[in-house]
Amino acid sequence: MENSKVKVVLGVIGADCHAVGNKILNYALTAAGFEVINLGVLVPQEEFVNAAIETDAKAILVASLYGHGEIDCRGLKERCREAGLGDILLYVGGNLVVGKTDFTEVHNKFIEMGYDRVYEPGILPDQVVIDLKNDLGL
Amino acid sequence: MNNILLIDFGSTYTKITAVDIEKEVVLGTARGITTVETDIMDGLNQAMEALFLKTGKLEFKKVLGCSSAAGGLKMVAIGLVPELTAEAAKRAALGAGAKIMGVYGNELNEYEIQEIAQLQPEIILLAGGTDGGNKEVILHNARMLTTIGKDIPVIVAGNKSVAPQVIRILLESMTEVVHTENVMPKLNELNIEPAREAIRGVFLKRIVQAKGLNKANQFVDDVVMPTPAAVLKAAELLGKGTDYETGLGDLMVVDIGGATTDVYSIAKGDPTKSNVALRGLPEPFAKRTVEGDLGMRYSATALFKAAGAKMIADYARVSTQDVEAYVKKVEENIEYLPQNDVERKVEIAMGRACTSLAVERHVGQLETIFTLLGSAFVQKGKDLSAVKNVVGTGGVIVHHEQPKEILKGATYSESTPEMLKPECPDYLIDEDYIMASMGLLGEAYPDVAVRMMKKYIVRR
Repeated sequence: MENSKVKVVLGVIGADCHAVGNKILNYALTAAGFEVINLGVLVPQEEFVNAAIETDAKAILVASLYGHGEIDCRGLKERCREAGLGDILLYVGGNLVVGKTDFTEVHNKFIEMGYDRVYEPGILPDQVVIDLKNDLGL
Repeated sequence: MNNILLIDFGSTYTKITAVDIEKEVVLGTARGITTVETDIMDGLNQAMEALFLKTGKLEFKKVLGCSSAAGGLKMVAIGLVPELTAEAAKRAALGAGAKIMGVYGNELNEYEIQEIAQLQPEIILLAGGTDGGNKEVILHNARMLTTIGKDIPVIVAGNKSVAPQVIRILLESMTEVVHTENVMPKLNELNIEPAREAIRGVFLKRIVQAKGLNKANQFVDDVVMPTPAAVLKAAELLGKGTDYETGLGDLMVVDIGGATTDVYSIAKGDPTKSNVALRGLPEPFAKRTVEGDLGMRYSATALFKAAGAKMIADYARVSTQDVEAYVKKVEENIEYLPQNDVERKVEIAMGRACTSLAVERHVGQLETIFTLLGSAFVQKGKDLSAVKNVVGTGGVIVHHEQPKEILKGATYSESTPEMLKPECPDYLIDEDYIMASMGLLGEAYPDVAVRMMKKYIVRR
């Protein structure tokens, strides 16, 4: 039954057009048994939230690769809370900031912004699948 | 005997068109006043007499009707997220030719239920949740609808996982509950055709009778659809053609009335330029939008507000005072027709403003996004810039001396480059005012309807 699958929303946030990683994650998550609602690239925050409401998704996976991640990702948690999605899992990954900033700093910043997991460049999709299954108790 | 009579019970006039489907000619057209309050047959007989004066006595092998009498088909659309399922439900209702009284999203509250009751919809379309998606909201809304204290037909087109429950809840207080496919089975996947069919089914079964249109039944074989649905059907036939008769290709239809302006487009609307990403809800191939604030008489003041005096004055090349004075005049007396040169200019400019704004709200928009790799574009809605044919129909355009001047408002303008309006279309006029009739005829004789429209809807 297709519809009993756990749904996750996936997309590249803001003015970012990087599509390759998005396709790989879509493939890996689908293969792992999730129903992926892939919003593609150039996705505004509100579209992530709307998609999650309408599809009853359990997690939102946000990617940002062009260095403006902090600006684009800020406020998504608040928006989710406002829309009644306070419990939804928020993951974020990619090249979240420009330059060689220490990742611990980046990690802490995004955790503070309300994200449940923050991934640095080079992480394999398998890790995301394992974390999702753990966090959702699957 | 190859004569068919096609009737459009309009809000003001009952318009009839007699056609010979063998020779593929219009035998004659005529109109009477719509008399839905007393006996719908009075106005029809009046029109028939006028017709027979022109053509002599005719016999018909078939009589078909469409109706927008008594306020049209009044509907309320309900969904979950306003931009998603609520929008999809609204589009389904518009495509079915309905007059949308209200669109509601999220969980309905008591005030909204009261409001819906006051709007007196004839059909409610209830959507919400993708298949397997959100269940709570549509269940909540179904329970709320049972408290409305009225028996209104409801069409359920939401999350299939809870559809049976939703229907059981509604049946506690409603007698007519119809189940159909989800208007949005997957996120951003529009599926409005089944809902449109369901609306038409309820219209045939319930509304025709409730509006007293069935009194015409001894004479009319069937009042088959609301008038806007007939026009949409005609536009679709004219654009797409049939297996045996080619159509004109992508097209747009503009219908300006006293109270509203309708725009129809028959086109996929994919991006025509490179480096464009599509966003938002997919658009129906045959799309209809209605603007309640753009019209030539009842909505003259609303048009004046929406367009601004300057826009109308610039089109007409008269002063803003002249525009203001004329708008006041026609609003006070809706029968008023222009009496001098200035007024004629303002009248044309008002029509052009209706066209321009209604088309701008209908077409897609292009937004520029600046990225590290240069600029990229995001398109929302349909790109109609390559559409080659713009058809004008409806009383205001059809009876006008310079309909092309009014239709010019549909074209792309350099002052609003983000609006994806037709760039260099031809203008066609439905001179004999037969589009709704051809939509009706097209149900049974699609090839004939396409050929007749190609003959009678002419380039200007």
